[in-house]
Amino acid sequence: MFSKKNLKLLTDPINKDNPITVQVLGICSALAVTVKLEPAVVMSLSVIFVTAMSNVVISLLRNTIPKRIRIIVQLVVVAALVIIVDQFLKAFVFDVSKQLSVFVGLIITNCIIMGRLEAFALSNSPKRAFLDGIGNGLGYGAILIIVAFFRELFGSGTIWDIQVMPEKLYQLGYANNGLMILPPMALIVVGVIIWVQRGRNRELIEE
Amino acid sequence: MDRNSNKYTFIYAVIMVVVVATILTFVAVSLQPFQKQNVELEKKKNILAAFNVESNPDNVESLYKEIIVDVFAINVEGDKLENVDAFNINLKDELRKPPAEQKWPVYVAKTQNGDIKYIFPLYGKGLWGPIWGYIAFYEDLNHVFGVYFDHKSETPGLGAEISTSEFQKLFIDKMIFDDNGNFVSIDLIKTDATDNNYAVDAISGGTITSHGVRDMLKTCLSAYLKFIENNKK
Repeated sequence: MFSKKNLKLLTDPINKDNPITVQVLGICSALAVTVKLEPAVVMSLSVIFVTAMSNVVISLLRNTIPKRIRIIVQLVVVAALVIIVDQFLKAFVFDVSKQLSVFVGLIITNCIIMGRLEAFALSNSPKRAFLDGIGNGLGYGAILIIVAFFRELFGSGTIWDIQVMPEKLYQLGYANNGLMILPPMALIVVGVIIWVQRGRNRELIEE
Repeated sequence: MDRNSNKYTFIYAVIMVVVVATILTFVAVSLQPFQKQNVELEKKKNILAAFNVESNPDNVESLYKEIIVDVFAINVEGDKLENVDAFNINLKDELRKPPAEQKWPVYVAKTQNGDIKYIFPLYGKGLWGPIWGYIAFYEDLNHVFGVYFDHKSETPGLGAEISTSEFQKLFIDKMIFDDNGNFVSIDLIKTDATDNNYAVDAISGGTITSHGVRDMLKTCLSAYLKFIENNKK
């Protein structure tokens, strides 16, 4: 299962083929759910589940799907999985599901998922498709969590709702940065991540 | 069978839809009890928040039992209605009915030293969607003990500020009746309202939401006027 080739499916999307920082997909939800760490983690897990499962299902069906309704079949599978996730969140982590509100439903339109189905699941075995789905989900989740970490730290002074900025700092005149909580800052943090990543990995720099 | 034929495509689509629908129905039905419970806990938590009691999902049930001693429904004439499930009254539906048919819930809370407080639910329109909340009064049914507001989709940082405790604290000890006993409700005004007994500071940049809160208070509290008259101390 974890041959070198298969392992690459898992690790490439985390770094040099990252859906957010390299392919620039799935940006909208990355901006919306990264104010705090907890919703970002729940969102990441939801996306990992949906990418992995939809990849497996589509890969299993790949030889039966009628060509003309290919996209519709993919959409139905993704939509069904997303609804299942949404129902589970509402039942077991109600608070987080309230914060994520429409963004769980919008996983359906997340370009990463349809992109992987089209580009990978339709032409690969379920096992490889599964690893590819997990890998891309992780790549998306990793960026979300990094962004959420910095936004929560500087925007609210907390990590996972636990106060980490020392009280003394506030007395010295430090204030939480309100801009961090607003969406533009997520874009800037993502930009910084892309910068750092390209700085470290010369292959990614275009001519 | 030819995968590109109409027949194959059609049958494929039908089977797929039926299978997916079955799975989703099963999931939705089996998770519904949990979801219902969550909604109920959320409501209890909000009611307690108006009573200035913080709760979390673990202790909300026991705190609610301890603090809320009675729940009943009234009509706009202030008469108590029998055999009505007051906790599950949906204000959105009630507000659409003619006043004579409306049912309004009343929550009675008791503090540790035996003081009685009344909590009324609120429901209205914000800028982008519904806003709602609860307002708790002292026994005189004039001074505000605490409020809780929430919203579906107000703008973060502007209208959405109504759900912050900083904004909600402004309402404490304000009054809804003037010196002559006329109902004036609580206004949201632009100028400083610190010394104004009948108004609080509106939200800068959240004018329409502020107006929504003002109208919500006026509309919903109007329905309780007869009840207040009969029960104030």
